Amino acid sequence: MNIIACIKQVPDTETQIKVAPDKKSIVKDDIKWVMNPYDEFGVEEALRVKEKFGGEVTVVGLGPKRVTESIRTALAMGADKGILIVDDALEGSDSLATAKALAAAIKDLDYDLIFAGQRGVDDDLGVVGAALAEFLGIPQISVVVKVDVAEDGKSVRCNRPVEGEVLVIESSLPALVTAQKGLNEPRYASLPGIMKAKKKPLEEKSLADLGLDSAEFGEEARKVKIMEMTPPPERAAGKIIEGETPEEKAAGLAKLLHEEAKVI
Amino acid sequence: MAQGVFAIAEQREGEIRKVTYEIVSEGRRLADALGQELTAVLLGSGIKDKAGELAHYGADKVLVADDPKLGTYTTDAYVTVIADLVKDKDPAVVLGGASSQGKDLIARLSARLGVGMGQDCTAFSVEDGKFTAVRPVYAGKAYTKVSFENSMPQIATARPNVMTISEPDTSRSAEVIDAPVSLDEGALKTKVADVMKDESGKVDLTEADKIVSGGRGMKGPENYNILEELADLIGASVGASRSAVDAGWRPHSDQVGQTGKVVSPNLYIACGISGAIQHLAGMSTSKVIVAINKDPDAPIFQKADYGVVADLFDVVPALTEEVKKYL
Repeated sequence: MNIIACIKQVPDTETQIKVAPDKKSIVKDDIKWVMNPYDEFGVEEALRVKEKFGGEVTVVGLGPKRVTESIRTALAMGADKGILIVDDALEGSDSLATAKALAAAIKDLDYDLIFAGQRGVDDDLGVVGAALAEFLGIPQISVVVKVDVAEDGKSVRCNRPVEGEVLVIESSLPALVTAQKGLNEPRYASLPGIMKAKKKPLEEKSLADLGLDSAEFGEEARKVKIMEMTPPPERAAGKIIEGETPEEKAAGLAKLLHEEAKVI
Repeated sequence: MAQGVFAIAEQREGEIRKVTYEIVSEGRRLADALGQELTAVLLGSGIKDKAGELAHYGADKVLVADDPKLGTYTTDAYVTVIADLVKDKDPAVVLGGASSQGKDLIARLSARLGVGMGQDCTAFSVEDGKFTAVRPVYAGKAYTKVSFENSMPQIATARPNVMTISEPDTSRSAEVIDAPVSLDEGALKTKVADVMKDESGKVDLTEADKIVSGGRGMKGPENYNILEELADLIGASVGASRSAVDAGWRPHSDQVGQTGKVVSPNLYIACGISGAIQHLAGMSTSKVIVAINKDPDAPIFQKADYGVVADLFDVVPALTEEVKKYL
């Protein structure tokens, strides 16, 4: 069973995000770039499926050269080979363009299952997985916490939590699954794993290599334009509830929640 | 030229879900601002009698796709039917709810139609005839205002609990139109094999009106009962910070924050949560925020409307007693 895990790099979730002077992007200095946490669950699950069924795991990343580091991390965890789609013309591409490039890199590979994170913790769109599945003409199962591939390797059953219930969704393969927290605990790369990763194949592809027209990518081709980026709205200074004892403070709080905030 | 606003309704087991009323109400406001019609789109099985409800919230027309294959949501079937309707009716704006179903549907729909989309928006407006949306990014650490100039229809989903539901006008009626359903059984590759209901009866955090949340200060899973008691009393759901979830005290589904759920309740009570940036990002669109923490320097107090500096193990049980006076 051959599996593909898609990854992107995002600012670490502890990052303080600052809006850049152009008011359309963030300040990118001093950011610690990490593999998108949801993609890490996807990589781990890909490795677990491979351990059960055999086959190969290919990690496909897109972005600037620094993304190599995250692909190496996935290789060190146990993936077999990597592809990085890297091209200056990609800078500023939207989700559909990103998915189009990923689809071009993946369509001729031999695969049964594709994993992606349920969303990037940067733009929070959650579109690339669905769009990639669409462009490859395969089904998607989104936001999944459990994956069971059938013994014959022809279908998959996934648990997808939605509001108030968990859907068990069955799909034929090939299919694309997007990973949610709770799917697994990603392993750490071992030292021998890190050493081995250095020798694993990692191929770089430009848009031209993929037979794509660079005019369809980048900032100019975005279908959704960012008019303005701002820091989150400030909240007005709050009140600290005074009181001699915790009971008094609790009483004061309950009164305010009832009379002033009118939420109780 | 593309005209009109589509609001994609969501039903489960034949019942309209709350987020639908939010987007139909918001769709009405946008349609008025554009001077165009609002069409609600309802898919399901045996659901035609629900179309009238959508009229009460502002729909001029309701397109109903009623078919046994549409009883339960699947991406394949729903996207196919809705994409056909969009191509046929050519709306300028398509709105959905940013629920689990809505996000899955709209993501694939935008790819099928080859148009851009805005997910999980917190505000929409029409400026000089142009549709714009406000979207938090980095889980709310920054906000973007976006337009859809090169893309038609303009597709977006609205974060649950954010759009105001209009007062229903039961005298309103809508033209109900049967929408064609042509689904090739062979093309449907996914099916819902089973549904495991959450028996707790608690509302999911993303849709909850009130949330009582506990962090590292809870000291262990056994202490969450004091939050449960308060939550049961005021009709709240219980959430948790990442550190509480990572410690194994609470399930992943309870996590609020950048790698958990982004929530917008009317009342968020943070107990023993210091307020790591990735937590604050996930709850800062809550309407009223209360922080209970014994550390007066905890960052959570900077986001809180009401702060109590004291031991939560004293304050929470006392608060539970005090709120009884007002219920």
